[in-house]
Amino acid sequence: MATKFVIEGLKAEIEGKEILKGINLEMNGGEIHAIMGPNGTGKSTLASALMGHPKYEVTEGSATLNGEDVLEMGVDERALAGLFLAMQYPSEIAGVTNSDFLRSAINARRGEGNEISLIKFIRQMESSMKGLEMNPEFAHRYLNEGFSGGEKKRNEILQMMMLDPKVVILDEIDSGLDIDALRIVANGVNEMKNEDRGFLIITHYQRLLNYITPDFVHVMMQGRIVKSGGPELAARLEQDGYDWIKEELGITDETVGQEQEA
Amino acid sequence: MTLQTILPVQAAQIKEWAEARGEAAWLTERRLQALELAASLELPKPEKTKLDRWDLSAYGAFKSVAKTASREELPAATKEFIEEGTHNLIVQHNSGVVYTELSEELRAKGVIFTDLETAAREHEVLVKKHLGTAVKTSEHQVSALHYAAWTGGVFLYVPKNVELEVPLQAVFLTDDASATFAPHILVVADANSRVTYVDNYVSTGLDGKVLHNGVVEVIALDGAKVQYATVHQFGKEVTDLSYRRALLSNDADIEWIVGEMNDGDTIADTATSLNGNGTHSDAKIIAIGSGTQKLNFTTRAVHFGKSSESDMFTRAVMREEAQSIINGITKIEHGATKANGQQTEKVLMLSPAARGDANPILLIDEDDVMAGHAASVGKVNPEQVYYLMSRGISKTDAERLIIYGFLAPIIAEIPLELLRTRLQRIVERKLGQ
Ligand SMILES: Nc1ncnc2c1ncn2[C@@H]1O[C@H](COP(=O)(O)OP(=O)(O)OP(=O)(O)O)[C@@H](O)[C@H]1O
Ligand SMILES: [Mg+2]
Repeated sequence: MATKFVIEGLKAEIEGKEILKGINLEMNGGEIHAIMGPNGTGKSTLASALMGHPKYEVTEGSATLNGEDVLEMGVDERALAGLFLAMQYPSEIAGVTNSDFLRSAINARRGEGNEISLIKFIRQMESSMKGLEMNPEFAHRYLNEGFSGGEKKRNEILQMMMLDPKVVILDEIDSGLDIDALRIVANGVNEMKNEDRGFLIITHYQRLLNYITPDFVHVMMQGRIVKSGGPELAARLEQDGYDWIKEELGITDETVGQEQEA
Repeated sequence: MTLQTILPVQAAQIKEWAEARGEAAWLTERRLQALELAASLELPKPEKTKLDRWDLSAYGAFKSVAKTASREELPAATKEFIEEGTHNLIVQHNSGVVYTELSEELRAKGVIFTDLETAAREHEVLVKKHLGTAVKTSEHQVSALHYAAWTGGVFLYVPKNVELEVPLQAVFLTDDASATFAPHILVVADANSRVTYVDNYVSTGLDGKVLHNGVVEVIALDGAKVQYATVHQFGKEVTDLSYRRALLSNDADIEWIVGEMNDGDTIADTATSLNGNGTHSDAKIIAIGSGTQKLNFTTRAVHFGKSSESDMFTRAVMREEAQSIINGITKIEHGATKANGQQTEKVLMLSPAARGDANPILLIDEDDVMAGHAASVGKVNPEQVYYLMSRGISKTDAERLIIYGFLAPIIAEIPLELLRTRLQRIVERKLGQ
């Protein structure tokens, strides 16, 4: 079945403060959507609300993946349904090795009695790590513990590659990456591109989009998507910044919660 | 009027039992003196724990046991801990040691590995010299009663310059509630020797209460290196009082690795006296509390020697209604210049009804030293649970991974592979999985 992910009227709050004020977005398998926007406009909140972070409360709207509302599901069920979020700030978990963690995640998908053989898993992990030019020792390191910013991002992509999700959300996967790593990570994403998989890429910079060409570009301000377009929109933002959009829409402060009350 | 303490063991019994064992007179004499002392001593006073409210009476009576030469005949509960290729093994079943094995190779090197009762007969000079030097009879009523009533036990002697690669192992089983269960372990590592010793404490099928009043003494002479790993996993019928103490001469080294996995109430005190210069002590403890257990774990390092170093590291997980007090005591005496004592206690709380008190205590009587402590009591981090769940891992499995991760750095240090995998299973059981 071709993947279809539809977000409708999504509103979410954190600690009683409304951050997302009605997000609408439709994404099909094979498409790459970029979300851009100034700091503090709700991009990570959108990603977290979709994944089900316990701090965010969805107050309205739906997010359906092939007809099923993921917002009704637990975090693990969302992942099993095919959602994947590469986080802006991945957690560090001491004492749990990267490989034990990944094997648990893969086995959670495969279900009891159908666990992946150790040999097969190691082979799969080694080949994915090789593709990302990760030192093999990272398999045995504790999950993200003491990883550099760029190493954490690469490790997020490693997980994406091994978990084979349908909807991939990348939250600033390019931040903290050096020039070579940016290319490697972008290659990883491009290799994963297929008709069944959609990508939602949150980024501040055109440079990532030089490698991964988006089909659609959306701009977020004040907890809403305020403008959508094609790849040319990202190019314009790179050149001119956000002021022209703010002018066009009459926004003085783009961050959430700063808009004038009526 | 003086208040007469009523002791759980009587002199007449001590004499009768000693006779039944054919014990040397000097040892019986020491037992009787210890018993007399016990009447005038007070109970130990572990931080924030009122031992006088505990039932510490279940000493039982000495019952002689039949020795066996065959491993097959050992109780099943002990067999599962015995590493396949082990040829250096002691098994105690209730009041006495039932099985002793020492490889020809080690025997030829002059290693002694036998039950302490036999050692007191056959190696009187050595035993007399060291028994009771690390944990003193006079410390408190519990230690005095131990020296009056101990049975079975282990004596391990490693001669000068002998370095042993393979770990020596012992297993202690209590399954008869009417039998005394109070082993004494005495390890003497002579100058520049090196040894690893591993033991397990287990109980099965008890139909009444048992008090385990156990003492471990490690004497590491100049330049000796001792690694001591122990796992306690008594059922809830057993109250465990365990005092472990190492004495280090110049340049000696002890590493304690302790798994506190009992289901019953426990007082465990693991201490090192860094007497010599250039000594080093390392203690790693993991503990899991469950049910309504009352637990008091102390690690202690006392520095006398110059440039002596100690590290203490405790990680404890408390679930259900377990109540635990976790103490780390670093004491640096005057004159122990350039000493360095570090300690960390971390407690993970899995239930609001559980209690975990971490008390780091630094007592320092010398200026030219380094010392540090860190203590934390916390819950499973919800951000971490979210992260793992976002990869499809269930909440239960996510928490399990995090809890294991919390204990993993210590489990990884266990020197026997079988014990390591066993411990993993014990941890699972203790965590209710
Ligand atoms: N716990 C919180 N309490 C109050 N406000 C919060 C909380 N967490 C986030 N916010 C606010 O929500 C708004 C949106 O944050 P979000 O992280 O979604 O922004 P972003 O668009 O991802 O920004 P950036 O580009 O800097 O990553 C910000 O104003 C932020 O301060
Ligand atoms: Mg963000």
